[in-house]
Amino acid sequence: MSATDAYRSAESKWSPGSATSPRKLATSIQNLEKHYVLKSETVKALRGVSFDVPEGDYVAIMGPSGSGKSTLLNMLGCLDKPTRGSLLLGDDDIARMSDDQLADIRSRRIGFVFQSYNLIQQLSVVENIQVPLYYQGVIGAEETARSIELAQRVGLGDRLDHRPTQLSGGQQQRVAIARSLMNDPYFILADEPTGNLDSVTTEEILTIFDDLNAEGRTIILVTHEDDVAERAKRVVRLKDGKLHKDEPVDPAVREAAREAQRRNVQQILREGDR
Amino acid sequence: MLWLRTLRLGVKSLALHPLRSGLTMLGILIGVWAVILLTAISQGASDQVQKQIESLGANTIIVRSQKPPEEKLAGARASQYGLLRSDLNMILSSVPTIKTAIPIREIRRQFTFRDRVVDGRLVGCTPGYAEVNSLEIRQRGGRFLTDADGIRSDTVCVISAGVAKKLFPYEDPIGKRIYIPESTDYYNIVGVLKPRTPSAAIGGSLDSQDFSSDVYIPIETLQTRVGDTIVTRRSGQFQVEIMELNQITLQVGSVSEVRASAAMIESLLKRNHADTGDVAVVVPLELLEQARNLRLMFLGIGILIACISLIVGGIGIMNIMLASVTERTREIGIRRALGAKRADIVQQFLVETLVLSVCGAALGILLGFLGPYMYQGLIYVVREGFPDKFAALPDAIREAKPTIVYETIPLAVLIAVGVGLISGLYPAIRAARMNPIDALRHE
Ligand SMILES: Nc1ncnc2c1ncn2[C@@H]1O[C@H](COP(=O)(O)OP(=O)(O)OP(=O)(O)O)[C@@H](O)[C@H]1O
Ligand SMILES: [Mg+2]
Repeated sequence: MSATDAYRSAESKWSPGSATSPRKLATSIQNLEKHYVLKSETVKALRGVSFDVPEGDYVAIMGPSGSGKSTLLNMLGCLDKPTRGSLLLGDDDIARMSDDQLADIRSRRIGFVFQSYNLIQQLSVVENIQVPLYYQGVIGAEETARSIELAQRVGLGDRLDHRPTQLSGGQQQRVAIARSLMNDPYFILADEPTGNLDSVTTEEILTIFDDLNAEGRTIILVTHEDDVAERAKRVVRLKDGKLHKDEPVDPAVREAAREAQRRNVQQILREGDR
Repeated sequence: MLWLRTLRLGVKSLALHPLRSGLTMLGILIGVWAVILLTAISQGASDQVQKQIESLGANTIIVRSQKPPEEKLAGARASQYGLLRSDLNMILSSVPTIKTAIPIREIRRQFTFRDRVVDGRLVGCTPGYAEVNSLEIRQRGGRFLTDADGIRSDTVCVISAGVAKKLFPYEDPIGKRIYIPESTDYYNIVGVLKPRTPSAAIGGSLDSQDFSSDVYIPIETLQTRVGDTIVTRRSGQFQVEIMELNQITLQVGSVSEVRASAAMIESLLKRNHADTGDVAVVVPLELLEQARNLRLMFLGIGILIACISLIVGGIGIMNIMLASVTERTREIGIRRALGAKRADIVQQFLVETLVLSVCGAALGILLGFLGPYMYQGLIYVVREGFPDKFAALPDAIREAKPTIVYETIPLAVLIAVGVGLISGLYPAIRAARMNPIDALRHE
């Protein structure tokens, strides 16, 4: 039984929050608060945020700097515990879990993509992709085959033994995406995944995300750029630690953005040729 | 399997900074090397001392004449000191445990045969001397002295291999006569000895004995022919020395009787020699025990050096690992984000320190095995380069053959691994304590 199967069977016992929503939920956030207690003051990074993410959704989280986007994403990724409120992953409320249990969930059910790629320098491409499984148990032939398949899938089939330092930023980010898929996660969490990339590479990465979402993967990403946000199905805006707006992206707008960016990239490539 | 991966990962991470890892290993390496080498040297040295003393026999008590402190003889042209024949009789009649007693008188003399001359030692003794000093007669080399020789005060002698070689390079010495000019006497050669390795000095109480230029005659013969008075000419002055016996070698029945007998002998000798201090009692058994203490001391010093080195090594490891943890904060964050538990991180860093310390220990053992050769190389260099310094070294050091004490190897490895674990634990725990979010943000 794979991690996903386990999740699905767990989910069947779990009744979705809203009776009108027939879709299964990847995660459900209720009145989430996060306070950082410092010496002189308490910073309230999140002050009661609620929303659900159905499976297969593609959510862009936006908002001004300091509005709590990364804080929210860290909690979705089980890297941190909420001060108040609940965050459900399947049956599990992460607010009530131990450090080791959170680590276990991270290794089994969450895919991370970071702004600065965060690959491990001394490991090769394939080994980097395998890291999430490393903490689950034995890595056998099947898993190795799968990691190679994932590397091929993100277009790095010919660089399996390269080290991160031998790869470009875009290539490193593609390794990171392959790595995030290795454990067949609930959702992929990406904190400004294209923040360090140029527009051509950004387009490459976003295309991969589009494809993954088309296959049914849930994606939650944080971004500052409208271009990137318009590629998602839904935009959640935060402001001062609260939900400011939560609106779907018009499919027409989405298609237009995709088309415009593709053309833009082609033009840049043509200029590069000349 | 997973364990193997962790190990491989550790080696990989260390290989990222080969020089740094190598230097970190050095402390452990030197520590283990020091343990092995120093125990080997101390073992070798004590083997050497032990062999010397054992050759004297553990059941032996040696009583020797010694020159009294100079001022007591000041002014006197003739000096009389040392053991008396009456001392021997007194010991024999009062100490019942004595099985053998060999009175010995030694005089420096020239021996000649035809035009060949050799300087040597004329030793007056009894037949038991050969056995006590492990002297053996050369094959078809005649015989050693007998009681009959002594009773008749015959002018017979047994010569050592060295004297035989120098005086009789071509002919068979048996039946020939050697001449001693100083006492104008001829001695018939009745036996020739096999070469014997010199016995080394023991502390300050017993000089080394080089048996290679000795000529042995019955002590009775020496007494009648030469007497107790020896006249030597030194820088135009005659010096007269009067001495009845140089040494009495005594043997008791069993080792357990040695101490009591020695104490008894000492108190007996006090009667005649209390104020002059011209005799000394040497008990090899006690020296043996001193040698054991010496060895323990050596071992202690070795262990101390090794401990210091291992502590320094441990601090080195801890230092490097702390730096490494700081440097790899980002990696720790990544691993934590991807599912590593705190224990996984602790394990990862501990494995690295273990790899360092075990490799260090392994290299130390390897060097330790080369140690005896290095020691001998060093001794060779000293002997060739600084002969005077070399001569000043104690025999135990000069002639020691380092012998590796195999028990120290697992001990050294155990200590090295322990040091690795202890010094790696704190950095590893610090790494695991880090908040993954902060760690990920680290530049
Ligand atoms: N570990 C922390 N300790 C104290 N305060 C923190 C900590 N992490 C975040 N904060 C505070 O919480 C608030 C939200 O931070 P967060 O990183 O979530 O913002 P963000 O929306 O991701 O901003 P940006 O767009 O600049 O990345 C900020 O005011 C920040 O200073
Ligand atoms: Mg942020």
